[in-house]
Amino acid sequence: MTALPETTELVDPVPGAAAPHLPDQRGVDTVQLLTPEGDRVEHPDYSLDISDEELRALYRDLVLVRRWDAEATALQRQGELGIWASLLGQEAAQVGAGRALADTDTAFPTYREHGVAWTRGVDPLHVMSLFRGVDNGGWDPVATGFNLYTIVIGSQCLHATGYAMGVQRDGAEQAVLAFLGDGATSQGEVNEAMIWAASFAAPVVFFCQNNQYAISVPLERQSRVPLYQRAAGFGFPGVRVDGNDVLAVLAVTRAALQAAREGQGPTFIEAFTYRMGAHTTSDDPTRYRLASELEEWKLRDPIARVKAYLSRSGAAEPQFFDDVEAEADELAVRIRRGTVEMPDPAPTEMFDHVHAEQTPELAAQRAEFVAYRASFEEEQ
Amino acid sequence: MTETLTIGKALNLGLRRAMEDDAKVVLMGEDIGKLGGVFRITDGLQKDFGEARVVDTPLAEAGILGTAVGLAMRGYRPVCEIQFDGFVFPAYNQIVTQVAKLHARSKGRLPMPIVIRIPMGGGIGAVEHHSESPEAYFAHTAGLKVVAVSNPVDAYWGIQQAIAAPDPIVFLEPKRRYWEKAEVDTDATPDPLFASRVVRGGDDVTVLAYGPMVKTALQAADAAAEEGRSLEVIDLRTLSPLDLDPVIASVRRTGRCVVVHEAPTSLGPGAEIAARITESCFHSLEAPVLRVGGYDTPYPPSKLEEEYLPDLDRVLDAVDRSMEF
Repeated sequence: MTALPETTELVDPVPGAAAPHLPDQRGVDTVQLLTPEGDRVEHPDYSLDISDEELRALYRDLVLVRRWDAEATALQRQGELGIWASLLGQEAAQVGAGRALADTDTAFPTYREHGVAWTRGVDPLHVMSLFRGVDNGGWDPVATGFNLYTIVIGSQCLHATGYAMGVQRDGAEQAVLAFLGDGATSQGEVNEAMIWAASFAAPVVFFCQNNQYAISVPLERQSRVPLYQRAAGFGFPGVRVDGNDVLAVLAVTRAALQAAREGQGPTFIEAFTYRMGAHTTSDDPTRYRLASELEEWKLRDPIARVKAYLSRSGAAEPQFFDDVEAEADELAVRIRRGTVEMPDPAPTEMFDHVHAEQTPELAAQRAEFVAYRASFEEEQ
Repeated sequence: MTETLTIGKALNLGLRRAMEDDAKVVLMGEDIGKLGGVFRITDGLQKDFGEARVVDTPLAEAGILGTAVGLAMRGYRPVCEIQFDGFVFPAYNQIVTQVAKLHARSKGRLPMPIVIRIPMGGGIGAVEHHSESPEAYFAHTAGLKVVAVSNPVDAYWGIQQAIAAPDPIVFLEPKRRYWEKAEVDTDATPDPLFASRVVRGGDDVTVLAYGPMVKTALQAADAAAEEGRSLEVIDLRTLSPLDLDPVIASVRRTGRCVVVHEAPTSLGPGAEIAARITESCFHSLEAPVLRVGGYDTPYPPSKLEEEYLPDLDRVLDAVDRSMEF
């Protein structure tokens, strides 16, 4: 029997990061346009011409999304939500990707893309209703170009690819952005989606937020190669971007979406980031990761670097930051009030929309249910 | 116009007509293009409608159904061919968690007008996984509708009705009967898709069947008639929803009922049907509702399949037991 090769030579994935569980990261080119310290840097393949106003808008997005997330976590702790999947630490990946989309593009999220939802104009309360157990997401996926959350890991990648095949058939100049996580790259359906996308040159971009963990299982259990390198095996480009750098994410995703619109087929983007919080409010990350790891990643916070750049460059006055904080507090109040006051659904709603044409059988079950409930009212 | 068609050819013509009627209809599947499908159901369609509408997909069933979901979201009407019944299971996740639930999940904003064509059942001497009857899995799933055709007329009209319908439909084709012929009037007004049909009148026992077992039930009725027994045969045609009004009317008259299917008996469609008949016909029943189905074994190697599959004699045996009860 042949011994398995020794594969785990430990190398930091990003200079300075201690992440001993990761596969060999030597020779990995990570696109970065804004360093953790808040310095603009150039990349030979990706440039970003961005105004101060646009920069401030991105900062506002990041802060508001984080505030929403914090309020949601608090609301779960107070019993107002059944569960919450925090995006803490992934704001730049989500806002950058979301802001790269054109209005006519379509996004297919997992269940953690609250930041993308924000950029698509989805009312946060329509996301909160899902986690409160009122519905499965209250927004209109067609009007927003933001599909409903998909909880079965990776299934949405095929939907995105099929949708992109429809875009092709319509002759439309639109692109589709499929979100997935590092764990999802092990799913058969995700691999099938990439095969389909490649074979039909579908205008879809796979945006993988590698936040290092699939709940508790580290990346090394999913892949022995850096994820973006997988794309080569499918026959399309793969790029790793600093997922905590909103400018780099914006530039890389914008370029990939434009290539898709122009008929150049798919791209795989690995946004290298870190889940600062738990998988969900039901999770306990202290059981499987070191506090020191979290501390390392705090130094690469996605918001602090934008604030540092805005301040140092003079692109924003101190008053701007105060205004954004105040707006964030207002948003939190609105989310809290809207969530707490959200009415429960009518009991008969579970029978609605099972089919476009309800069956006589289901209509009969609904009538029985109504009569059963009414029988208690008569007793009172 | 009236033509003599096999079930296979009737499906082919029905698909052609659906594609002519609606440019959004897209066929997807393995080997359905140049080859015309392993059963030739899509023969000639890619040549006439092009590769964008008759898509030879990569070999992955989850991929077929998952991309069909995306195409449906974009306004297309995908018709997915699963090559053999036993190969639907890689797509099971997409069918059950996505296709079936997206209309409800989206509060009706995302219709899923997807047809999943599956050649079902045994009797063709095939290897493992080519002779299964998976209908109960799908009929048990909220959000799906399940129909099973038994003859060329229903094949021709049913596939068009299923494609035009707004909900996802598992469309079961009786594989071993693909070559059965009948006259099809292509100008007729078809029966509704979700309706059962009395295909032979009788007074002594009501026999229920669908798909490939309808012919078996009719053969049993012929044989029973020679012995002076009169069987009423009902082609259920649809399993979800079930259309049991004609069945209940029949059983109230005969007092006896036998359900026949190839699927394994335990917790199979016959169990649900027997329960409902008992609820509706309790005071009319002269005997328990009996089931004739496949055994609770994996589908056996083909040298044993005639032992496994319900046939005329097993149906008659159940009829005897019902009459003697």
